[in-house]
Amino acid sequence: MKLRPQTKQKIAFALLGLAAVIVIVPVILILVILIQRGWPAISWQFLTEMPRMGMRAGGIFPAIMGTLCLVACAISVALPLGVLTAIYLVEYAKKNWWTRMIEIAIVNLAGVPSVVYGLFGLGLFVIFFHFGSSILAGALTLAIMELPVIITSSKEALMSVPRSFREASLALGVSKWETIRCVVLPNALPGILTGSILGVSRTAGETAPILFTVAAFYLPRLPQSIFDQCMALPYHLYVLSTQVPNVKPSLQYGTALVLVGMVFSLNLVAIIVRAHIRSKKQW
Amino acid sequence: MRKFREAIIEKTILLNGFACILFVILIFVFLAKDGLTLFRTIAIQDFLFGRIWSPLAEPPQFGILPLFLGSLVVTLGATVISVPLSMACAIFIGEIAPRWMRETLKAGVELLAAIPSIVIGFIGMTMLSPVVKTLFHLPTGLTALTGSIALAFMAIPTMVSIMEDAITSVPRTYKEGSLALGATHWQTIFRVIIPAASSGIVAAIMLGIGRVIGETMAVMMLTGNASVMPKTILAPVRTLTATIAAEMGETVRGSEHYFSLFAIGLVLFGITFLINFLADMARHRKRK
Repeated sequence: MKLRPQTKQKIAFALLGLAAVIVIVPVILILVILIQRGWPAISWQFLTEMPRMGMRAGGIFPAIMGTLCLVACAISVALPLGVLTAIYLVEYAKKNWWTRMIEIAIVNLAGVPSVVYGLFGLGLFVIFFHFGSSILAGALTLAIMELPVIITSSKEALMSVPRSFREASLALGVSKWETIRCVVLPNALPGILTGSILGVSRTAGETAPILFTVAAFYLPRLPQSIFDQCMALPYHLYVLSTQVPNVKPSLQYGTALVLVGMVFSLNLVAIIVRAHIRSKKQW
Repeated sequence: MRKFREAIIEKTILLNGFACILFVILIFVFLAKDGLTLFRTIAIQDFLFGRIWSPLAEPPQFGILPLFLGSLVVTLGATVISVPLSMACAIFIGEIAPRWMRETLKAGVELLAAIPSIVIGFIGMTMLSPVVKTLFHLPTGLTALTGSIALAFMAIPTMVSIMEDAITSVPRTYKEGSLALGATHWQTIFRVIIPAASSGIVAAIMLGIGRVIGETMAVMMLTGNASVMPKTILAPVRTLTATIAAEMGETVRGSEHYFSLFAIGLVLFGITFLINFLADMARHRKRK
């Protein structure tokens, strides 16, 4: 039997729609399950208390603080490095062999498996630089890992600033760097911000790179300095779900919900910033 | 004076540009430094093609073939699931869905990308593995298949967004020309748009596969961690990444076992480097 093209199209489109549904439904399911089972566990005590009884009771405060510390340290290293690299690539770099090398390096940094970053952090920061298992070592590892995200989005933000802005500034006798600093960067800032927030949200959820560089199994106190170990939310969830027997499921789901909540709210901020820029942009 | 300052700033920025190259080299050097030490005592072919991984036995055996095959099985499974779904989803978002639906779907895919792998692993353990277990009447739900399904959903966002990019960047005139000749929308998509976007689609698939091979936490929690030669997709396996993550904590620094994990890291680095390099080539060819 030969189908009419229109009938074929209807069938094809229905199948494509079905695929879209199959992709989206698990996202919704995961969220619903997490909220349904995790919400009862969440209370003020859960968020602000130390874990007790080998993590089978009490809160997750040190894990939350640890993750915040790591993320803050990582972004304060990665942001300047990433933005300057993007400035180089967009404003200074000529189209030559070196530039291509840098681009390939960025692509590959983005593709290195997270656990390999962990090994690298262990080899370079923990052992070679004698930082030990510490927030510093973990944050630097995470910083290198989020670098490609920040560079790529900063590049896009810089490139979206119209050429005429630069030309107008240069024509007025302003030097190249001043033009970048006072004209290009302010216009690209929201885009750079979006990218950095996405970078942060990615590092907040990473487990493998911090496994051997910073994460403490059970440390019911807050870190004192950047040379301390700390607990971290994703690792805590890993420990709760695989390493400690007889943990109440609500505790696991609660931890997962806090982690996902943190990551999603960061993403939400990024999405809102981006929508805001798009609506404000006059060029 | 001003010129001098400009020159200094330009040099500083230039140095920054090279930082990325430096990091890639550093990663390689630090993996190689410890990884290659292994081959002083273990023959490289025993490492790459040895069929037994038991670093704690007497004498220890460091054959990564079962781990490599574990990674391969899980990756193949995830690819088979994710590629058609991503293609269909990308076409639907790029060509068919009305505006409001497109934005919702894109937001949904972005949310999927944002879910940390540890959470996917956790949900997979509690929700997915019991389903796999009862569906196939298995003694355990932690199998290569379980890992493949979870990984497919982690690769989908990468694939969909790059494929959708490739599809929407096909020049409008191609589509209009085809429609003007009387082809239906579906015929146009299938015969004109997909072939025109093919290099971007290939790049998307490769980057997705790169992500799957490197994924660690979810795969460690879901595949059952048995370092044996995989026979079927319904058996527990262990991947290269999971081996590093699971065993690094127990090794003694400077032991053969420790070096062997770095050597695995080196293998992984090599594989992903190759994949990303090729994917980048595919994307650049498109632009020409």
